[in-house]
Amino acid sequence: MKKRIAKIKIIFVSILALLLIFVTCFAGLFAHNDPYATNALAIRTAPCLQYPFGTDNLGRCVFARVLYGGRTTIAATFLLVFISFVIGTVVGMIAGYFGGLADRLLMRFADITLAFPQMVVAIAVAGILGTGMTGAMISLGITMWVSFARLSRSHTLSLKNEGYIQTAFFAGKSDLYIIMIHIFPNLLAPVFTNALTQIGTTMIGLSGLSFLGLGVIPPKAEWGSMISEARAYIQIAPWAVFYPALATIVTIIVFNYLGDAVMDYREA
Amino acid sequence: MIKKLIKRIAGLIFILVILSFLVFLLMYLAPGDPAEKRLTSQGVAVTKQVLDAERERLGLLKPFLVRYAEWLFGVVRGDFGVSFKDDMPVAPKLLQGLKNTSILALSSLIISIVISFTLGIVSAEKKNGIADHIIRVFSFVSNSLPNFLIAVLLMYFLCIRLSLFPVIAKGDFQGLFMPVISLAIPMTGRFVRQMRAEFMAQLSEDYVTGMRGRGVKRRFILFNVIRNSLGHIFTIVALQIGTLMGGSVVIESIFRWPGIGKLVMDSITARDYPVIMGFVVIMGTIYVLINQLSDVLCHKLDPRTRL
Repeated sequence: MKKRIAKIKIIFVSILALLLIFVTCFAGLFAHNDPYATNALAIRTAPCLQYPFGTDNLGRCVFARVLYGGRTTIAATFLLVFISFVIGTVVGMIAGYFGGLADRLLMRFADITLAFPQMVVAIAVAGILGTGMTGAMISLGITMWVSFARLSRSHTLSLKNEGYIQTAFFAGKSDLYIIMIHIFPNLLAPVFTNALTQIGTTMIGLSGLSFLGLGVIPPKAEWGSMISEARAYIQIAPWAVFYPALATIVTIIVFNYLGDAVMDYREA
Repeated sequence: MIKKLIKRIAGLIFILVILSFLVFLLMYLAPGDPAEKRLTSQGVAVTKQVLDAERERLGLLKPFLVRYAEWLFGVVRGDFGVSFKDDMPVAPKLLQGLKNTSILALSSLIISIVISFTLGIVSAEKKNGIADHIIRVFSFVSNSLPNFLIAVLLMYFLCIRLSLFPVIAKGDFQGLFMPVISLAIPMTGRFVRQMRAEFMAQLSEDYVTGMRGRGVKRRFILFNVIRNSLGHIFTIVALQIGTLMGGSVVIESIFRWPGIGKLVMDSITARDYPVIMGFVVIMGTIYVLINQLSDVLCHKLDPRTRL
């Protein structure tokens, strides 16, 4: 019963999440205005038919910018989580499977990375690397892969002693074969759950960096930098802040809820 | 015990040396030449000779390891070098900023601990009741809000719409209110979730069932539950210090609070490397120290946990 409720929750939230991804991926279908076209005649226009979310300081359509900006935010988040997932899982599986010196070195390295406050490191690194979404992603990724590595290592360690792995080993299967065919599919579920729960945090981190001016380079639409820009004239055009803010909140809530629902399902 | 302590301290020093090395390496590899940046910002015509003289004066021409060693020994003695921007020593600036940041961070930490502790107990005790559901929704939503968003929205509604507070924070209590609240809201959300889980784990222990069976009064049961979860709560709080540090950089820049976070953002724009390095080293040291301390405290409060 509990499992079924959790399942229904997951399906419902997944549909919402997919809808968000769909709308931002095909932003061109929904937004008729160019997100980068400035219009001197329509500066800070209140929401109307032509500009559903109003316009900003340069007369750009906020609706179009929110949709295209979502593409930047969501794509960057997914890419970052995916890369950390791949690196972390590969490192964790190798460390757990082979053990020995490589394992000890890698885990010591992971411990040291965990000893530093993530956002402080990210701000310093992004600040030094210079602006650009790549810099922001690298600065967050430095510490992010570690949780994946630790998780997949601990699962690999417990899987390694299972009977079927021993059998595969004595049947003469190569290490690579055992890791890819037997170990990876079995640790996918917990590591994937971890990836889901990381999406919300990553989104908060990335948009925070953009807000500070350490993320995207200005003309490019991104929610954090849009809010940061429009904050200066919030008295005159509050809609230029509210809609990207609303988009950020909704997206983070949906993905956080998805992570929670999947966790509940696995525990139920 | 003493042997373990020595081992811990050695590990601590090792981690801090690595941190400082990585920070220095990063600055070394960073794009942009501080000497050139400095000269152009002062309006000096940049020629090859002037540039070389300036590099020599700033010590940029020495080998990497020599520079690292010089800098590290300075840092150990509390000398973080001079700012590239105005030739003033960096340490007093950082210290002044740190003082202001501590006021901000500690107030919001205390507020969110008090609130989340109470809410966590209520929520765990009345599991699946109305209060529990409301608290869970509240903590879930506030956990999903980036703090810069809270800051901007608070500013709009409280300063502009209701004009209750000044937009630019002064160093007084009124100016402190909004930054503290913006930092405390997401933190409270996270604390409530974790503390609730911790209290619930304690409430399902056998000793609680036993006390209930013997008809022990509710407040005595609660007293025991709280006493037993204190160790874990210290760990929960200590782990959030890092997020708090990052958050205060954002919040200080928004409210122009003269803390270390605003200092570092200004220094990033000016490529003032000594300040950025000092910031990372100080924050890293505080974070590492607090986490080690919380481990020790956790062990003292609950001797079953391994040190």
